[in-house]
Amino acid sequence: MDNVYRSSGFDFSNSIRNHSLAEKGLPLPKATSTGTTIVGCVFKDGIILGADTRATEGPIVADKNCEKIHYITESIRCCGAGTAADTEFVTATISSNMDLHALSTGRKPRVVTAMTMLKRHLYRHQGQVGAALVLGGVDVTGPQLFTIHPHGSTDKLPYVTMGSGSLAAMAIFESSWQPNMTREHALQLVTTAISAGIFNDLGSGSNVDACIITATGTEMLRNFVKPNERVEKERKYTFRRGATAWKSESIRKLIVNEQVTPVAGEAMDVS
Amino acid sequence: MSALEYNGGSVIAMVGKDCVAIASDLRLGTQALGISSNFQRVFPMTDRLYVGLPGLGTDVTTLYERFRYRVNMYTIKEEREINPETFAHMVSSTLYQHRFGPYFIEPVVAGLSKSPTGALKPFIAAMDLIGCINFAKDFVVAGTASSKLYGVAEGLWEPDLEPEDLFETISQTLLNAVDRDAFSGWGAVVHVITKDRVISRTLKARMD
Repeated sequence: MDNVYRSSGFDFSNSIRNHSLAEKGLPLPKATSTGTTIVGCVFKDGIILGADTRATEGPIVADKNCEKIHYITESIRCCGAGTAADTEFVTATISSNMDLHALSTGRKPRVVTAMTMLKRHLYRHQGQVGAALVLGGVDVTGPQLFTIHPHGSTDKLPYVTMGSGSLAAMAIFESSWQPNMTREHALQLVTTAISAGIFNDLGSGSNVDACIITATGTEMLRNFVKPNERVEKERKYTFRRGATAWKSESIRKLIVNEQVTPVAGEAMDVS
Repeated sequence: MSALEYNGGSVIAMVGKDCVAIASDLRLGTQALGISSNFQRVFPMTDRLYVGLPGLGTDVTTLYERFRYRVNMYTIKEEREINPETFAHMVSSTLYQHRFGPYFIEPVVAGLSKSPTGALKPFIAAMDLIGCINFAKDFVVAGTASSKLYGVAEGLWEPDLEPEDLFETISQTLLNAVDRDAFSGWGAVVHVITKDRVISRTLKARMD
């Protein structure tokens, strides 16, 4: 077996095998994608980011309450749409690099720095890393809001939407967004935009997550609105014990508490 | 038919009251032809941590050996057992490292994680083939019968099941789901992990 502690970057050692499997009629399977509604919006004192909480695998809902607002730094957050693993890892990598950057410069890192790191990473991989991001935060230059596309292009706008529910959410923004909104008004608008995605886009669903970033602090509102809660089951569906026939059983007893009793004897000379 | 479905097989994990259970079928096939009815794809990593590796048979073996090696190295270097959360992230980053030439495995991790106070907390997680983790509070499924498992588990699972009740629920969920999947079945194995014991049972199942 080859070395376990490998050099950084992707490992292509399975590529030849996988290509030959694909030629023999076994194509690459689909990865979890977040068919998503994510939004960002500038208001009077900062930024509000919003996201739904559904993760899908083709037509199957893989996770009913996942987190799509990722941590970058204390005052910068990033919503992710697209291939779930890519959004997860690309934001984690850049979060780590932002920490190192802050340590080496001795300054609070800016949102443009995170944006540049993300777009360079995505451009380098030529759209193969399928992450569509909404990046927002507050830094020394004020509130900043960006979208980053999988190929590395970026936009800087006062209100943005992304993912499969972006049209539904943008319809809300286009009709109701106005400059210099209050915090309450902006949070209400973001919630409505995400709800439009949840109810009108099949790739989005479950709950509304929101994140309010201002110069004074960041407030993560996990499951801010839960419009799709499951009602309690009316019946119990537990089986009678012994309902399942089994052929063999092995029980492995584990140690719960262990007591170490020192054996009497002369103490070691440590002088 | 993708490489994930070539050999068949499914895994499910469920949370109970101070316990977790992980179960799998025992079939290994090449497409529709059955090869083995005793192919293990759920492995113990520590006393209270199990991993299920449904997917392409060759990668089940490769990744099991790889994780076994890395858990051993971790235990020696850190002088402590690996936590289920830590292990899940190790599995996830291993899979993401192979983002552009993946292993055809969708791992399921189930175990009891030790909090700083020493209390044991149930932990389950599932991943896609490139390492996106799904931390669930109820149940996770993977493999060729996953779509059926989702449906049955959604109907049968309920919170705070005692170990013996959890065994019945997970067994019935798996058995009934794999009976509607042509590529899974041919026997099943269930592990129920509690704080003082791990109960492993092989189930009586349809063999067709």
